[in-house]
Amino acid sequence: MPRISIQGKKPSLTPGAAAENRHNICVFNKKQRPAAAIQDQPTSLENASKSLEKSLLTPGKLAKTTPNATLKITSPWMPDTTELKRTPLFETHLASKAKMVDFGGWNMPVQYSSIIEEHNAVRTAVGLFDVSHMGEIEVRGPQALSLVNYVATNNAAKLKPWQAHYSALLYEHGGVVDDILVHRLPDGNMFLCVNASNQEKDFEHIKQVVGKSFDAEVDFASDRYAQIAMQGPKALATLQKLTKTNLSEIKYYWFADGAVGGTPARIARTGYTGEDGFEIYIAPGEAPGIWNELLKAGEEFAIRPCGLGARNTLRLEAAMALYGHELTASINPLEANLGWIVKMDKGDFVGRAALEKAQTAGLTRGLVGFEMKERGIGRDGYEVWIEGKPAGWVTSGGPSPTLNKNIGLCFLPAAKALPDIAIQVIIRNTPVEAVTVPAPFYKRAKA
Amino acid sequence: MTYPENYKYTKEHEWVLIEGDKGTIGITDHAQSELGDIVFVDLPKPGAAINKGQTFGSVESVKAVSDIYAPVSGEVLEINTGLSATPEKLNSDPHGEAWLIKVKLAKPGEINELLAPADYQKYIGA
Repeated sequence: MPRISIQGKKPSLTPGAAAENRHNICVFNKKQRPAAAIQDQPTSLENASKSLEKSLLTPGKLAKTTPNATLKITSPWMPDTTELKRTPLFETHLASKAKMVDFGGWNMPVQYSSIIEEHNAVRTAVGLFDVSHMGEIEVRGPQALSLVNYVATNNAAKLKPWQAHYSALLYEHGGVVDDILVHRLPDGNMFLCVNASNQEKDFEHIKQVVGKSFDAEVDFASDRYAQIAMQGPKALATLQKLTKTNLSEIKYYWFADGAVGGTPARIARTGYTGEDGFEIYIAPGEAPGIWNELLKAGEEFAIRPCGLGARNTLRLEAAMALYGHELTASINPLEANLGWIVKMDKGDFVGRAALEKAQTAGLTRGLVGFEMKERGIGRDGYEVWIEGKPAGWVTSGGPSPTLNKNIGLCFLPAAKALPDIAIQVIIRNTPVEAVTVPAPFYKRAKA
Repeated sequence: MTYPENYKYTKEHEWVLIEGDKGTIGITDHAQSELGDIVFVDLPKPGAAINKGQTFGSVESVKAVSDIYAPVSGEVLEINTGLSATPEKLNSDPHGEAWLIKVKLAKPGEINELLAPADYQKYIGA
């Protein structure tokens, strides 16, 4: 398989230097979160769109409305939109009448038509997501793999060329810097995909902890890539129309370099929806053209462009973590059910000592799924009680379009972080009955 | 979507239709559009008192929770019970079938403080 080379800059990035770092505020103390979040309730329909954004945003950060051509919100705190970053597909989204919001400093589509319809398109057919806000970091050089293995929790040495895995960057104290995807290239270089609002932080973290102790270069590559995710049972059939790469030969969590619509592309069989699908990395300038070609290719399956709203409901059903919610600087990966990406026996890595200590002492809390038993929706940040006493908080919660239930994830004391525990979610000062359940809530049928 | 001429509106995006000493209350098309797919409606019980400018219930979409503010004061006579099973009607027919509550007006003069359709549409920039 040929190696791709992507050159050029993202064309329509707006930020000045100040904006580069302003969204990098994503660390907060979970212990303080529930009470603050309850006071965070919107106060009127006027605030609906604000809370729409807020619920997607990193907690603790002030939500801002996003005026643009398609959405007019009268608000006393209209932001300076030039502060918001744009993906190369920004104009395309506006032309599609997408509802745009501020997501961690990025002006992103939250929905095009209906979150539920977009969600269902991905579960039953195929949907297309602009995820160009995600960051890319390239690690090159003789010790690229060793470097990644030292800063990330999973065992990169087990990756074969063209294979990828989920991993995490930790602080020395064991809290999570970010959750990431690691791709191993055949030349030994490593390609990391990281969260949008963490990308500068991740880059600085990696440079800081590895110093000059590895013979490898860490390159902040986000400006060289746009990323489009095509997800759903018809993703393969749709994407295959535009590439000569035999997609059925790419296994889940493997990738290939090839071309999509004649443009060099890195094609990874990864995703954040719980469905089969691909994440496609291309040069930013090519993104609008490829986006439209992909939509056209999917017409026979009634493909839909999907916003961050559906991305969130899909990942929640699949119980995939969202940084700032299930993962933060004050939560270690073992607590968040991510022990499977932490390889304690691979040798030393950043945060290992703290995790070992935490394991020896015994974990104090755990993440568990829940579903509402009574009418009501447990949402991010709501307090959770057991037998009338505060016990934890909801990290992510909302309606599940696939299951037609109100579901969520919550932290509880370790002894209670098990299925079949009666809990109460505090919804506007009222305890509403719920029960813990095994997660994920949704698993696709294996082909 | 048109904003009926015989309705009055609030800046919090509710509408009220006055018929004699009774009022029918709902949320506007602009409100449902901003909220997106509505999945949950919480309404008071018949007999409850509502006060102009104060919250009397809530609507929730997939992503957002929103309080509903009373455009007028009064006593709840009837609630739209059908919405609990089909809250999505608030997206498709917010000015009609998906009304929320009917009230007996306590202070009929309050309606003079509400927005006319043209003023409301100007307010939302329609």
